Amino acid sequence: MDWYMVLKAFITGGVICIIGQILIDKTKLTPARILVILGGLGWYKYLIDFAGCGATVPLTGFGSLLAKGTISEVKSTGLIGAFTGGIKAAAGGIAAAIFFGYIASLVSKPKIKKQ
Amino acid sequence: MIFIKKVGNQSYILSKPVNIAATASIVGPKEKEGPLHQFFDQCLEDEFWGEKSWEAAESKIVKETVNMAISKSGISSSEIDFCLAGDLLNQCIASSFGLRETNIPFIGLFGACSTFVESMIVGSCFIDGDFANNVVCSASSHFCSAEKQFRFPLELGNQRPPSSQWTVTGAGSTILTKLGTGPFITTFTPGKIVDMGIKDANNMGAAMAGAAEDTLISHFKDTGRSPNYYDAIFTGDLGHIGKDILIDLASSKGYNIKSNYNDCGVLMFDKTKQDTHSGGSGCGCIASVFSGYVYKMLQEKKYKKVLMIATGALMNSTSSQQGESIPGIAHAISVEV
Amino acid sequence: MKPIQSKEEYQTYVDQKTPNSPILKNCFNAFWVGGLICAIGQIIFEICKTRGIDETNSYTIVSMILVFCSAFLTGLNIFNKIGKFAGAGSLIPITGFANSIVSPAMEYKSEGYVMGVGAKMFTVAGPVLVYGISSSIIIGIIYIIFNTQSLILV
Repeated sequence: MDWYMVLKAFITGGVICIIGQILIDKTKLTPARILVILGGLGWYKYLIDFAGCGATVPLTGFGSLLAKGTISEVKSTGLIGAFTGGIKAAAGGIAAAIFFGYIASLVSKPKIKKQ
Repeated sequence: MIFIKKVGNQSYILSKPVNIAATASIVGPKEKEGPLHQFFDQCLEDEFWGEKSWEAAESKIVKETVNMAISKSGISSSEIDFCLAGDLLNQCIASSFGLRETNIPFIGLFGACSTFVESMIVGSCFIDGDFANNVVCSASSHFCSAEKQFRFPLELGNQRPPSSQWTVTGAGSTILTKLGTGPFITTFTPGKIVDMGIKDANNMGAAMAGAAEDTLISHFKDTGRSPNYYDAIFTGDLGHIGKDILIDLASSKGYNIKSNYNDCGVLMFDKTKQDTHSGGSGCGCIASVFSGYVYKMLQEKKYKKVLMIATGALMNSTSSQQGESIPGIAHAISVEV
Repeated sequence: MKPIQSKEEYQTYVDQKTPNSPILKNCFNAFWVGGLICAIGQIIFEICKTRGIDETNSYTIVSMILVFCSAFLTGLNIFNKIGKFAGAGSLIPITGFANSIVSPAMEYKSEGYVMGVGAKMFTVAGPVLVYGISSSIIIGIIYIIFNTQSLILV
């Protein structure tokens, strides 16, 4: 196991989360808007090479995944690829969120925050 | 035409003080952990109270609170002429669904979190104007149904800013009658809509403080009273931030209310232990604090003259998404023994 | 204090009265929780790599496992407590995306499985998909038109 990579993922992911936290506290943006802003900023192949999951797990990675998927699909299939590539690349995360979300709503009920 | 009951610009002195025969209050589990818990008639163990949805639970709280107030007053429900109630849910469904089996003529009211005092003002007018002998007034709110309607799903892992307030789960209900031995509603000052230009929906206290100041000072000017006429002055749900702002605003106009003023949202929760940030809010806040705490203090003659100012933020989630500022309102009644 | 004359003056006064979020504490918690989630992701990724799974699929597996954990903790009514503590630390990683889909699904269950769970599932996360997918299509079209080498770096 490459522990140096794990450390880099820890630090990079943490720093991206600090940027997100400053946006939340200083700008009064709602979390939904923060997610959109960070999701749209995912132009960063180099950061992924450097930090692995430190760059792909935060939502910025979602944006870059969509962009990367689109480009590689465009290369192989042309214009149709612009429409199919993005979601294809991100399908695993989205489908998992929908499916597990549905399951959770079947088996669980919301509870009040204790704090 | 001479308005014999009107004094000054917007205050009214009832020709026959209206008697508050009984009150009842039911609150949720978080309120049970708060400093006022021993004053409430009933504290629930969970927010669902055996119902399937938050909305149904809030309706049940309204129903049981009204029934409890009626039975405490000893008046049979057929002798009650009007039921005046309101809440925060769309089209006031908590009140109308909770009271659909009461068989009492129902008038639904909306004044955001000022609804409780609004209902007592309207009820007093009915009684003083000889339209009714007995009236029941009620207001309610529920943390979970309010979060769902105005903010985010409960399970969303977001942080609440320090200026945000915690909607009180609870309801208060009072029975107003023509005859009785007190405490009595003697004067009231309905408020004007005041917009201070605040747009932050997480800082309701600041948005409503201007309205509270306007009503408070109008009340003093109209009646010729000063702050020390009252043993205690309570606002509804300005919270810690709004309370400080109101003290500053009033003192800037020459009224010092620092010694005898408090806010029901501040009283309801322990800020350090319960992590409620700026304090409680919602229709149920002043409703349950008045029906529980203040009414018992009046009965025990610990307070003899009290001014209740219920504050409301007249907005919804659509208006705040469209970038509108938040207009506030505040209604005041004085209750004396 | 002098009487307040204008709305602007009141806003300035309110800003100074309103306490700020404890930003240093929040950032510290966001850093270590967010970093930890990414590090767990990297460990899963490394395990996948040693089993001979290619890079793209490994990243997908990481996403799916983290999404599952987040949905599971949300269902157990635990995730909102983590979120309250860690703020952006649990919101910005894909765990926050999953939580923003699972939490409305649970909340609107009382309105039924079609118009409640089904329709309201994306009330929080919807904008992320709309803008993320739309911008990726635009990037694809720009690439077709210009076919620039620089975009390959994306």
